[in-house]
Amino acid sequence: MTTELAKTPLDAWHRANGGKMVPFAGYEMPVQYESIVSEHQACRNVAALFDVSHTGRLRFDGDGTEHFLDHILTRKVADLPVGGVRYGLICNQGGGILDDVLVSHVETPSQRRFHLMVVNASNREKILQWLTPILDDFPTVTMSDRTELTAMIAVQGPAAMDACKRLFSFDPTRLKYYRAVITDQFSKPVIVSRTGYTGEDGLELIVRAEEANRIWENLLLAGRHDGFIAAGLGARDTLRLEAGMPLYGHELNESIDPLSAGLGFACTLQERVFLGSEALLKIAGAGPSTVRVGLIPEGKRSAREGCPVLDNEGRKIGEVTSGGPSPTLGYPIAMAYVDKANAGDNELKIDIRGKIVDAKQVSLPFYKRPKS
Amino acid sequence: MSRDESKLLYAESHEWVDLAQEDGKAVGTIGLSGFALEQLNDLVYMELPELGRELSVGEEFGEVESVKAVSPLYSPVSGKVIAVHEDLPERLEELNDDPYDFGWIVKVEVSEANSVESLLDHAAYQKQCAEAG
Repeated sequence: MTTELAKTPLDAWHRANGGKMVPFAGYEMPVQYESIVSEHQACRNVAALFDVSHTGRLRFDGDGTEHFLDHILTRKVADLPVGGVRYGLICNQGGGILDDVLVSHVETPSQRRFHLMVVNASNREKILQWLTPILDDFPTVTMSDRTELTAMIAVQGPAAMDACKRLFSFDPTRLKYYRAVITDQFSKPVIVSRTGYTGEDGLELIVRAEEANRIWENLLLAGRHDGFIAAGLGARDTLRLEAGMPLYGHELNESIDPLSAGLGFACTLQERVFLGSEALLKIAGAGPSTVRVGLIPEGKRSAREGCPVLDNEGRKIGEVTSGGPSPTLGYPIAMAYVDKANAGDNELKIDIRGKIVDAKQVSLPFYKRPKS
Repeated sequence: MSRDESKLLYAESHEWVDLAQEDGKAVGTIGLSGFALEQLNDLVYMELPELGRELSVGEEFGEVESVKAVSPLYSPVSGKVIAVHEDLPERLEELNDDPYDFGWIVKVEVSEANSVESLLDHAAYQKQCAEAG
């Protein structure tokens, strides 16, 4: 099957600036420009810009939106104040994860309030299809897919906030972590949230598609003296792995539930009924059978997705879900699911492409930014 | 001595081989093409075979790892490993700059039964790379 790949509004910029374009979730995306490692390090040391326009953006309007969202999400959002952002999961009836999402509650300058849900690019179509019939029971709620009308830019790193403060007509440092606001920049509305997927401080901006290039270039210019660079999906992946963040399709899928995935914090199970809640209550009662852990294999070879994790008797007790060399730490790291009984077991081994190596179990994340 | 990449033979899996006579023996020097190295980028690790190992055509003899992925190295020829570039794994950052001279990985004493007919010449290999984008 060959389907036409979509392009983000920044496509021409990526190509003109050495972006190595690869197909990803139906889009052509830059996996890197010069080097994954230098882009990774720029984000850790200064700041990097990411085009994340492929990520799905669904807007919900109308009375009862909060009840609808409460019905489909593991996390209570009915009490999400204007300006708040919350991470949650959409589960099927069996508690399997359909997607992990961010929901923001924002207000336009003309005081219209709405909820915005950011979904994984790879799951956008699936989530649209999942939600459409459910919306029949919520006739006052409307869902609109804003993905193609907008672009999304992440600016992440220790110098990100200062540069944005210089560039914008409002002070983004007043925005607390996991808060969002709609603000006019260059006379056009921008949804700004203090969120990210790198383990660094920074912002994610949702802008009108036709404004994307202007905002992008202005951000690069604002951080030019600090050394801001554009970073591709390759660095985004190594950054989120160091930060211990799960990625749908790797740590998360429909055959794992949020509790087994270590995302219990994103499930409000008490006194709530939502899609999947019955199954999740059962799992919570019995205790999840797996845990998501960090592993550091001995030596220089990286354990990659699919590598079996073994106990000291050689029995398979888990599997690596993501792994690779950590540019910040200088040695290989991996995330894996292991049997609950092996949580904390420090005699684990990994079968790395036919060779069995010892692995140290560590708590996630591998990397935590220094307190500023 | 500088190796001329246009005179080398290439495997579809991106290894190059330089066939020459050394002390009356047919010796194949094997490396990884500049195109492949550029695609891999950010190399972090390379695993080499042991001296004396017998390889057959297409056999995996090592691996090269970048930040993004692990790629097996496949032998383009059959024969015994008679030299291994032991310094290479510690100097991977130099590999991209000089894939055909500094970047040799192993030397293999090519066995007589070996056939190199399935290998690509430089023009055919370049065509493959162009098609791969």
